[in-house]
Amino acid sequence: MIPLYIAQFGIILAVFGMLLLAAAVMVYSERKVAALIQQRYGPYLVGPKGMLQPIADVVKLIFKESLRPVAADRVIFVLAPILSATAAFAAFAVVPFGAETTLFGLIEEPIRLQVADVNVAVLVVFAITSISVYGIVLAGWSSNSKYSLLGSLRSASQMISYELSYGMSLAAVLVLAGSLSLTDIVNAQQGAWLGFIPRWFVFVQPLGFLIFMIAGVAETNRAPFDFPEAEQELVAGYHTEYSSTPFMMFFLAEYINMVTAAAVAADLFLGGWHGPFLPEYLGWIWFLVKISAILFFYIWMRWTLPRLRYDQLMQFGWKVLLPLAALNLIVTAAGVIYCGN
Amino acid sequence: MGTELLLFYLFGAIAVAASLLVVLQRNPMHSVLLLIVSFCALAGLYIGLEAPFAAVVQIIIYTGAIMVLFLFVVMLLNAHREDEVDVGARPVRGPLRAGAVLAVVLMAELVWALVRAGGPRDGALSEGAGADAAALQSVRTLGNVLFTDYSLAFEATSILIIVAMVGAVVLAKRES
Repeated sequence: MIPLYIAQFGIILAVFGMLLLAAAVMVYSERKVAALIQQRYGPYLVGPKGMLQPIADVVKLIFKESLRPVAADRVIFVLAPILSATAAFAAFAVVPFGAETTLFGLIEEPIRLQVADVNVAVLVVFAITSISVYGIVLAGWSSNSKYSLLGSLRSASQMISYELSYGMSLAAVLVLAGSLSLTDIVNAQQGAWLGFIPRWFVFVQPLGFLIFMIAGVAETNRAPFDFPEAEQELVAGYHTEYSSTPFMMFFLAEYINMVTAAAVAADLFLGGWHGPFLPEYLGWIWFLVKISAILFFYIWMRWTLPRLRYDQLMQFGWKVLLPLAALNLIVTAAGVIYCGN
Repeated sequence: MGTELLLFYLFGAIAVAASLLVVLQRNPMHSVLLLIVSFCALAGLYIGLEAPFAAVVQIIIYTGAIMVLFLFVVMLLNAHREDEVDVGARPVRGPLRAGAVLAVVLMAELVWALVRAGGPRDGALSEGAGADAAALQSVRTLGNVLFTDYSLAFEATSILIIVAMVGAVVLAKRES
């Protein structure tokens, strides 16, 4: 029997390791899917089918020289990538990814597959995401380069505009589940209607799910909303002046943020670890399947859709997405009051 | 209790130090960042008071929204260090006096409030000035109180914000 705190420590290490691994897998699958869509081979030299390519990239980046522009703000320039990576890892801490388990009888009391069970978990994810924008904004400003500054200005205004719709689509789910805890929200989606339709919130909240996904793409700075880096216009946007390990940290943060956004979407709308066929203690397999599907969708979208124009982004965010999200919230709240759950 | 008190002093010290540095150092960008640090330390204090909802909302609203706008403005204006701008220029007298008067009034108010609360006493940390800890944690209770007992203040605040927004739009339109 392993004491509880060792098991919890194990979960923390496992989550940290899995996030690093997930970032590597994401880089590889992004390049492979991109190649598939563009009828190329993609990476195929390092390891079997090029699977070790991300590791080769990491080694290369670590051994590069770390440059800093003379006119850069020294403290903030160093701080920005650290802030980005820390926030990315921290956000996953409150995301549950499986039902309570005894880890195959290794421990006496069942523990939750989650680093920290906070009763305002949804808001914590939201708060940490809103802090992560500082990494990008400060990187762009401290570099003292016009391309970086433009990237970070765009990032700031984009975050402000889409965070509102993001929060409102999320609030509709909170109203439905009647709780701010992600574990409670997942458990509220247990079971099925008519025996075969799973009680996932995506079926009650199709509009909310759509808004959440669109705003989520904007929040993670992915194409077609990748304005902060927009390589055709801004060289590389906020991380133009970064090289070596600091650059790698931005890259890592971007991919981990995607994984977190997908995990939160799976928890909020797709029933988390609940699914047919598998026993409860293997629910995390369902969770992985759902996350992978969402992440594949992200990649697919990046290589299919062109980037919007900047004014279109703002118009869409304020004049379409926000009113729709508000309407969705009001209708949901009215539905909960007048029809019960 | 020991750790709680330690965390209180830690977050308190961070908040005070960061707030002081906001006004004492001269780079506007660093001031904005230090203000963010101060807000985050306040959020830590709220968690110590067993009000996680208030703490998270503090971070979302102040750090996540308001300070991003501050940062945006500082970056757009490309504000320079204060000492680079006014070389040898004396600060204007009027605002300085008004500020001094306001500071004295604020100080008096704080002293009065602290004396009235009876100063620091045992158990004041965990009990949070008579508030029910369980009720504070519940978002439902908070919502109920906000939309019944304090609905007037709530609506007044929203009108205030709308007025500010309309004013900003009018000013922006007139310039172009």
